[in-house]
Amino acid sequence: MIVGSSKSLQTDNCQLTTDNYSKMKLTLKIWRQKNAKSAGKFESHQVVAEEHMSFLEMLDVLNEQLISERKEPVAFEHDCREGICGTCSMVINGHPHGLMQGTTTCQLHMRHFKDGETIAIEPFRAQSFPLIKDLVVDRSAFDRIIQAGGYISVNTGQAPDGNAIPIEKDQALDAFNAAACIGCGACVAACPNSSAMLFTSAKVSHLAQTPQGEIEAQRRVLGMVNQMDEEGFGRCSNVTACEAECPKEISVTNIARMNREYLSASLTSDVMK
Amino acid sequence: MAFKSNVPDGSLSDKWKNYRGKMNLVAPNNKRRIEVIVVGTGLAGASAAATLGELGYQVKAFTFHDSPRRAHSIAAQGGINAAKNYQNDGDSVYRLFYDTIKGGDYRSREANVHRLAEASTEIIDQAVAQGVPLAREYGGLLANRSFGGVQVSRTFYARGQTGQQLLLGAYQALSRQISLGNVTMYNRHEMLDVVKQDGKARGIIARNLLTGELERHAAHSVVLCTGGYGNVFYLSTNAMMCNVTAAWRSVKKGAYMANPCYTQIHPTCIPVSGEYQSKLTLMSESLRNDGRVWVPKSIDDAKAIQQKKKKGIDIAEGDRDYYLERRYPAFGNLVPRDVASRAAKVACDEGKGVSPTGLAVFLDFASAIERYGKSKAHSMNLYDASPAKIKELGTAVIEEKYGNLFEMYEKITGEDPYKNPMKIYPAVHYTMGGLWVDYHLQTSVPGLFCCGEANFSDHGANRLGASALMQGLADGYFVLPYTIGTFLSGEIRTPKIDPNAKEFMTAEAEVKGRLDKIIGVQGKQSVESFHRRLGKIMWEYCGMARNAEGLAKGRKQIQELREEFYKDVFVPGDANEYNPELEKALRVADFLEMGELMMVDANDREESCGGHFREEYQTEEGEALRRDDEYAYVSAWEWTDTKDEPTLHKEELVFENVELKTRSYK
Ligand SMILES: Cc1cc2nc3c(=O)[nH]c(=O)nc-3n(C[C@H](O)[C@H](O)[C@H](O)COP(=O)(O)OP(=O)(O)OC[C@H]3O[C@@H](n4cnc5c(N)ncnc54)[C@H](O)[C@@H]3O)c2cc1C
Ligand code: SF4
Ligand code: FES
Repeated sequence: MIVGSSKSLQTDNCQLTTDNYSKMKLTLKIWRQKNAKSAGKFESHQVVAEEHMSFLEMLDVLNEQLISERKEPVAFEHDCREGICGTCSMVINGHPHGLMQGTTTCQLHMRHFKDGETIAIEPFRAQSFPLIKDLVVDRSAFDRIIQAGGYISVNTGQAPDGNAIPIEKDQALDAFNAAACIGCGACVAACPNSSAMLFTSAKVSHLAQTPQGEIEAQRRVLGMVNQMDEEGFGRCSNVTACEAECPKEISVTNIARMNREYLSASLTSDVMK
Repeated sequence: MAFKSNVPDGSLSDKWKNYRGKMNLVAPNNKRRIEVIVVGTGLAGASAAATLGELGYQVKAFTFHDSPRRAHSIAAQGGINAAKNYQNDGDSVYRLFYDTIKGGDYRSREANVHRLAEASTEIIDQAVAQGVPLAREYGGLLANRSFGGVQVSRTFYARGQTGQQLLLGAYQALSRQISLGNVTMYNRHEMLDVVKQDGKARGIIARNLLTGELERHAAHSVVLCTGGYGNVFYLSTNAMMCNVTAAWRSVKKGAYMANPCYTQIHPTCIPVSGEYQSKLTLMSESLRNDGRVWVPKSIDDAKAIQQKKKKGIDIAEGDRDYYLERRYPAFGNLVPRDVASRAAKVACDEGKGVSPTGLAVFLDFASAIERYGKSKAHSMNLYDASPAKIKELGTAVIEEKYGNLFEMYEKITGEDPYKNPMKIYPAVHYTMGGLWVDYHLQTSVPGLFCCGEANFSDHGANRLGASALMQGLADGYFVLPYTIGTFLSGEIRTPKIDPNAKEFMTAEAEVKGRLDKIIGVQGKQSVESFHRRLGKIMWEYCGMARNAEGLAKGRKQIQELREEFYKDVFVPGDANEYNPELEKALRVADFLEMGELMMVDANDREESCGGHFREEYQTEEGEALRRDDEYAYVSAWEWTDTKDEPTLHKEELVFENVELKTRSYK
């Protein structure tokens, strides 16, 4: 029998916190900027964190501290806090999403930092990602790239049976791997040219590798690459920093595929004319 | 005000067909003149907005996110159900319908659930046509897995990222409509009120989150697809920004809130590690396909584990209590969520928890690794493979199935789940309650519709795994675009709605008043600290087990907390700028009212059903005791002014096709 409201997870933990885990004193050098028009600068703050915290929980602690001093908290974006929505975005010690491979900022935990360490935190910087405030930037250029062709033109209710066209397992897996992009923009922030090739190519290759998406492949690649240029993203010069910093480990082979697709589309197709 | 379920006549399997065949349609030339506002662009909202755009309506879509692709739906892991019967294991529309009704503990509307089961198959077809990379077998056909509470394999998935892939499919369909000019997208806009004219919903007040400016948007009809309110508990598996504001503001305008107390506590989440914790992470339920749940038989072993003197692997097989397999032999580890969560609570209440907090149980993959390893070795003709080889092969199979989940677990906890069993504990996950809607998905306010997790419609008192994605997409792609036509076909002569009409101006002034009031407090405590305290009250008195005394206490504490909030909250900055603290404050203010209504509803429902467990109503064996004679109704609450007591409206549930039975998973 279940009796009494007995244990409460949340209240119990009040007594339980902290002693079990070691604390760490950190110095944060954080970028503060009121808006796109004003100048920004680094601000230093001291914070006491615990090794089990996530990086964003450490920033929560800082913000609660600032609020208690009646100061403005640091603006940063986040939502799922489990590495899938692509909302969190900051450069930690020079690396978008920090140094850990295949990890978003929200999945980064403090146990990977050392007591006494100084951590530099900046926004994703790129001309096509205008700054909004502190660590928050505007990535709506990515939406416009998708709107320029990153879809399959099928209306609701027009679809044949899901098993009508078998798709080879490995091909489905390759398509999936490209489709795993979370649209965070770390690739752009990592690239010395602020190129959006990795993001764009991930969608191009995802759809080109499904039989349903193949049909519009040429129109799609021309539209998306065009939009990418229009948004002011830079050219790709094969630095591959994007792949190294991508939290979803999207491969640069997608860029090669997109280049091939683009070339053959511009040579053979007049769809954009 | 309308309070009729409006379920069409006819036999269960004919209702939806007949409805579609006979409903009034809106002609294409009229559609172009009719405007529809869709608030929310998760699975439900993106699919609805895209489909309405395709049909030719003029759509305005709103989200507070910076892009529709970021909605909370993106985080769904495990999969989506559909009655395709591709596995030839006896599945059918009726069986999916029946499982959902039974899984919901007989507290949902038969006709809606049957329609959901019918639409399920079309969703898979649609997703495949959009290029959604669902998992495949070697033969190239779609793969399935099974989920809790059912005995067939009907769940479609895309590794552990099903929600992401389905949402991106809907997002891409929406993007196409945006590029075609049929949908106007408003990112970073938060709806803060609905506007009514002559009793009908005709628009919204939204705040541009970048500039702080209040905007008035008008349309012939408003559709809310604004998600669930699990964050009223502060800690939940929901994304940080999920909130109840859109639904709650509609309640203040006369919409009814249905079954608010039905909360799903998911059994497999990563346990809390400290007071600073900001959210909880779900480990997909699909893990229970292969993981076995257990705690040590003896308290001494449990203590040793809690004090880190022993590990799970140190406990001998015979000293483990696989309590789900023991208590529920027919379903074992695959019992529905509410049953699995309560069983974990019982084990931990007995002192057998396996983490330093005492609030965790093991989810163990060792048997599955061995089973898969042997089968793999066999298929590779390795008939005398060593145990180490078998383990290696088995681990590879588990990695392919759940690799990203295991990785996520390791990132968060710092422990390797391939070597030591995972530790899990229940956490708030989903809210079955939501705005009351009729068969058309229309709320009690004419012209105001509600889809997805935000409505109450299909899951009764407990939702089965992989059914929320199904419902969100069924609502958005296949139900609402039809049913909204019954309302809009009566509006073809209604001219464009004027956003400068007095109702809009009044609503805007009211919202401005609310903003000023909250910023004006200039107290000492942060918004976060109030939210955290509210969460504790909710979990303590309205969590996994509830009783009359606790609910009364909880209600009082919330009222006091609300009073304190308006005296002592501190919101920095002002209303005319980008101000995330202000956004949070407005959401918490609404949670502080919603939480109270949940207590009231839980108190009213003197029975145990699904996610709602009243300690006073349980069997000798501690199983839930449902009371069909008195409580087979939907509680729809009217509460426009918190100074008054909420008013209860009852929608009696009529079961013509299934026989009400005590759920048994034994
Ligand atoms: C971790 C996790 C895993 C899950 N896994 C599964 C699974 O495997 N299978 C399954 O079936 N279900 C699963 N679920 C449940 C499922 O994901 C959700 O129920 C479902 O995605 C909800 O979709 P929705 O469209 O109703 O709402 P959401 O996706 O929450 O979208 C809400 C939308 O409304 C917008 N919004 C809200 N309020 C406002 C406002 N006031 N103004 C403007 N915009 C607003 C938001 O910006 C967002 O766009 C899971 C849930 C969680 C938390
Ligand atoms: S390619 Fe990688 S880094 Fe770029 S947006 Fe996608 S997930 Fe982020
Ligand atoms: S907050 Fe969602 S990916 Fe980091």
